[in-house]
Amino acid sequence: MTDLKTAATTPLGSVLAWLNTFRSRHASWIPVFAALLILVVMFGFAQWWFGNFLSPRLISALLLDNAFLLILAVGMTFVILTGGIDLSVGSVMAFTGILCASLVSQGVPAAIAVPLMILCGAGVGLLIGVLVHYFDVQPFIASLVGMFLARGLAFLVSLRSIDIEDQSILLLQSTRFKLGDWYITPTGIIALVVVIAGVLILQYTRFGRTIYAIGGNEQSARLMGLPVARTKILAYVISGICGGLAGLVLTAYQGSGYPLNGTGAELDTIAAVVIGGTLLTGGSGYVLGSMIGVFVYGTIAAFIAFLGAEQSWKRIIVGALLLVFVVVQRVIVTRSSRRS
Amino acid sequence: MPVDNDVAPIIEMRGITIQFPGVKALDGVDFTLWPGEVHSLMGENGAGKSTLIKALTGVYAIDSGTITVAGEPRIFHTTADAQAAGISTVYQEVNLCANLSVGENVMLGHEVRRGGAIDWRATHREAARHLEALGLTVDTRTGLFSHSIAIQQLIAISRAMVTDSTVLILDEPTSSLDRSEVEQLFGVIRELRDRGVAILFVSHFLDQVYEISDRITVLRNGKLVGAYEAALLPRNELISSMIGRELDDLAELSSSAARVIDRSGSPLLKATGLGKKGVLEPADLDIYEGEVVGIAGLLGSGRTELARLIYGADRADSGSIEVHGASARISTPRHAIDRHIVFSSEDRRAEGIVGDLSVAENIVLGIQARRGWLRRVSRTETDAIVKDYIEALGVRPADPDRAVRNLSGGNQQKVLLARWLATAPELIILDEPTRGIDVGAKADIQRKVAELSAKGLSVIFISSEIEEVIRLAQRITVMRDRRKIGELESNGLDVDDVIDYIANEGQENVA
Amino acid sequence: MKKLVKHRVFWPAAALVALLAVNAIARPAFLSITVQDGELYGSLISLLRNSAPLMLVALGMTIVIATRGIDLSVGAMMAVSGAVALTIIAESATPEAPEVIALAIGAGVIVTLIAGAWNGFLVAVLGIQPIIATLVLMLAGRGIALLITNGEITTVNSAPYKFMSQGYVLGFPFAFFVSIAAIVIVVLVQRRTALGMLTEAVGINPEASRLAGVRSRGIIWGAYAASGLLAGFAGILYSSNIMAADSNAAGNLIELDAILAVVLGGTSLMGGKFSIAGTVIGVFTIQTLKSTIVFLGVPSPVTPVFMAAVVIIVVVVQSPLLRGSALRAVRSVRGATNSNTTEVAK
Repeated sequence: MTDLKTAATTPLGSVLAWLNTFRSRHASWIPVFAALLILVVMFGFAQWWFGNFLSPRLISALLLDNAFLLILAVGMTFVILTGGIDLSVGSVMAFTGILCASLVSQGVPAAIAVPLMILCGAGVGLLIGVLVHYFDVQPFIASLVGMFLARGLAFLVSLRSIDIEDQSILLLQSTRFKLGDWYITPTGIIALVVVIAGVLILQYTRFGRTIYAIGGNEQSARLMGLPVARTKILAYVISGICGGLAGLVLTAYQGSGYPLNGTGAELDTIAAVVIGGTLLTGGSGYVLGSMIGVFVYGTIAAFIAFLGAEQSWKRIIVGALLLVFVVVQRVIVTRSSRRS
Repeated sequence: MPVDNDVAPIIEMRGITIQFPGVKALDGVDFTLWPGEVHSLMGENGAGKSTLIKALTGVYAIDSGTITVAGEPRIFHTTADAQAAGISTVYQEVNLCANLSVGENVMLGHEVRRGGAIDWRATHREAARHLEALGLTVDTRTGLFSHSIAIQQLIAISRAMVTDSTVLILDEPTSSLDRSEVEQLFGVIRELRDRGVAILFVSHFLDQVYEISDRITVLRNGKLVGAYEAALLPRNELISSMIGRELDDLAELSSSAARVIDRSGSPLLKATGLGKKGVLEPADLDIYEGEVVGIAGLLGSGRTELARLIYGADRADSGSIEVHGASARISTPRHAIDRHIVFSSEDRRAEGIVGDLSVAENIVLGIQARRGWLRRVSRTETDAIVKDYIEALGVRPADPDRAVRNLSGGNQQKVLLARWLATAPELIILDEPTRGIDVGAKADIQRKVAELSAKGLSVIFISSEIEEVIRLAQRITVMRDRRKIGELESNGLDVDDVIDYIANEGQENVA
Repeated sequence: MKKLVKHRVFWPAAALVALLAVNAIARPAFLSITVQDGELYGSLISLLRNSAPLMLVALGMTIVIATRGIDLSVGAMMAVSGAVALTIIAESATPEAPEVIALAIGAGVIVTLIAGAWNGFLVAVLGIQPIIATLVLMLAGRGIALLITNGEITTVNSAPYKFMSQGYVLGFPFAFFVSIAAIVIVVLVQRRTALGMLTEAVGINPEASRLAGVRSRGIIWGAYAASGLLAGFAGILYSSNIMAADSNAAGNLIELDAILAVVLGGTSLMGGKFSIAGTVIGVFTIQTLKSTIVFLGVPSPVTPVFMAAVVIIVVVVQSPLLRGSALRAVRSVRGATNSNTTEVAK
């Protein structure tokens, strides 16, 4: 791209110059705006089609039904920003969920079971991170290993679902804080807190900026003296922690742990993150974008449920959207690299 | 600025030796760098330039010798050690993160923090301050990607100043810059030099080296040739000290250069105005049947770039090619191969050999690629062809099933030559076919080239070893700084003539 | 003897033999083969039959991996071909007629062949990373399969169709012959033509291959199409086994099994030289491993833990080798690496 020189004195010239600067400063926000636009269009369309889509009750439900996916998406954003991928998140969610249910049903207090389940999630993330960085395993393979491990462990804990009787966990879902027709539960709050934490870490800490640097150019990051190894592994650990938190939220939501939970959730998560404007090649994207992506996903699901159509359409539409975004991302990347 | 001998050197490297399996990359090299000077490091490929830099930046460990920084002996285990010692490097690829903002790149790892969180306003202010100190006014919140390579480089330099570097190494900084950008860069370099920073400038652009340097150090084949004051070093002497003059007994090949070529008909290939923006100025080249045209010039002068454009390995922006008098479109290697034009790359390892495949498979690859996947070259055919070429070129060990990566460089080169000759080409482009191989193999390959061209094969022969080019070619195209500067008839020429030509042709003032 | 040990498939073969030996010792019944009505039965025979779907998928995966790619959509493609085939049979008036069966199978595999070609297009022409390109079909494929069966698990009653996975020919399971046929065809195509060598060249050094005039685009495209085709046949076999099109269970998690089989057989994930014999051994090794785990009383949903452990071991053991080929594949410089030792100056 040509150097940004302040342009001509003509009004058109200065508008173009301002546009150029804006585009340069906020380039990575553009895909996020695109996602937001899609969401708004979807809302508008659904409202027009059904007439009562945009109600406080439905939007609140949108958040709470997809709270677990939102948490997973935050963790996945960290990993994808470094240029990696984490296919284990669905299985980790299931494993930690059934583990918690099992412990709690055996009398272990929630105050111990919950931190333990999160620790397990972090452990799987640590394993994946070590495989990726120290053993040069492709993130896809390493996280597939994590997925297999976690899924198998989930069944090892229990072959069948386990109901939760513990009130402290059930309350996470059943308590409702109302504001008019809007409502939110502790699980929803947890999800929003995770989102805020994600934003703060990525935008205001050196660790977060190192994540972006690694995704942009890992070799440069290394040559610049940044702690690449530590940061990469920590990204996977964060994804694992999010898997654990999502497990808690989903278990509370369902009132039970189930070893088959989250089958395919990793793909939904990746789709949400990509649709939300995060580039799969790494280095560009925002947690807020991933949140929008989750809402897009949730809206599609709600729309299909409202229509009474086959659930399988959801996966197809999401898959098609993912493809479109990936191809568009690829075209933009090739065009801009050819230009520079 | 002449060196002030009362000031202590900032870097002293003594007796540096670095050995790799099979080759001594650096052999007892001494190097001194003073604060407040611009010092150029020069040498051809394999001279040891980049190895010396990597020793200084902590990428390579040294086998023997000492490095002293500001009077204190230092040992660098990692790149971080070198950076901590005040040595910063700006690479040709500008090792920054293009996805982040300008200000962030400048301050990455050193952002201004308040209470644990990054204070972006203060960080950008700091970044702007450092940029302005180098005369740069850039909007620090814009993405790095939206700026030209030239500006990105200057941003990388100001990042080096954030960490108060005393030594700045610039590795081939001007390769992608145009004239005005080079001026801007040199302005910044002079500013830093006047501030007392020691600048190590690595480049192969002769004109620029003379323009900016105070002193020049020349390496050749891993050894130090000498350290000179730039103002007192004539161009001819600089070039001869960089290029080799190896004695060998291939005198009988001088008859190759003297061979008379029939240029009455149309040339086998005629390239007119072939060029690519930022890579090669439009150049002409033609070659007749049975002729050897040499391309001479220093590293980076555009020799390989021209060859690649002719072969279609890279796509040209301008110009045209005629083959046998008819217009030809050559924009991919397949186009060239279909017209019986073949190319042997100078980078054997990355672009030539398919390492895990056997000698036989590598040799047959050219033929097979032409025939397509359905018509397999039969076992008997392969055996016959491979046996012939192993014998004709003297490939050792003579084992067709050995994996090519296990052969020595010279034998790998012979295998590649065999691959191309087996396709019965009309024109073969050889880029540095004798680089980095033993003397015996060098002689074998040159003999083969002379023999084949006498039988009617046309050859474009590129080499840094000027006496090779003089020996084999009837005409020599001379290149400098990405331009063709002229053509010479090689009969009766000697090395000094060519060096003279490279140094002075088109120059206003002779050094 | 030395040459035997150095042969590429020696260690994988040795590992398989060892595994079989351990099984034979732990449960002598493992090796027993009985004959009933001219048909062979026994653990080993079941192994030959049950390994057929994985064999087909792993063959395709080998070719794709050789081009430095990967195909994650194979499981979903199995679901799709099963769904297509069974829907055709279920809606036919004559579910046992040979033309109907042929049409069903043909349609099923053509659909997945097209899907594979689509993957190939994304990778070879658009230049999209193989993981992402095939991830899309992995995601959408099962949904498409479910749509074809209207969200249900279509079941059919058709003896000829059932024959494919449950029938016997010359005493051996028919499915085993399908495996053999696939292996033979793949070997013939790869080694009788120049395709094998050109594929390896593309995987080992894509740039040198390009400069040598190799048509890499077509080769990569073909690899993914072949993978799709083979996955289609695998899906037919699977649906024949359960006489149903279960779009969620078909080929579930078979991707990692296939990748593991390829890796166990000695083909590197970095691409390049590949070994069909190695993959065959790898497939049998995995099937034996699964059988062993089941015998040990581990519930089958828990077996992925063992597979994960095996992958970790293989990956860690291969790692110095992986590092060697990684350097060959021109990776970025790592901080202070040296081809000599990082000895300090005296």
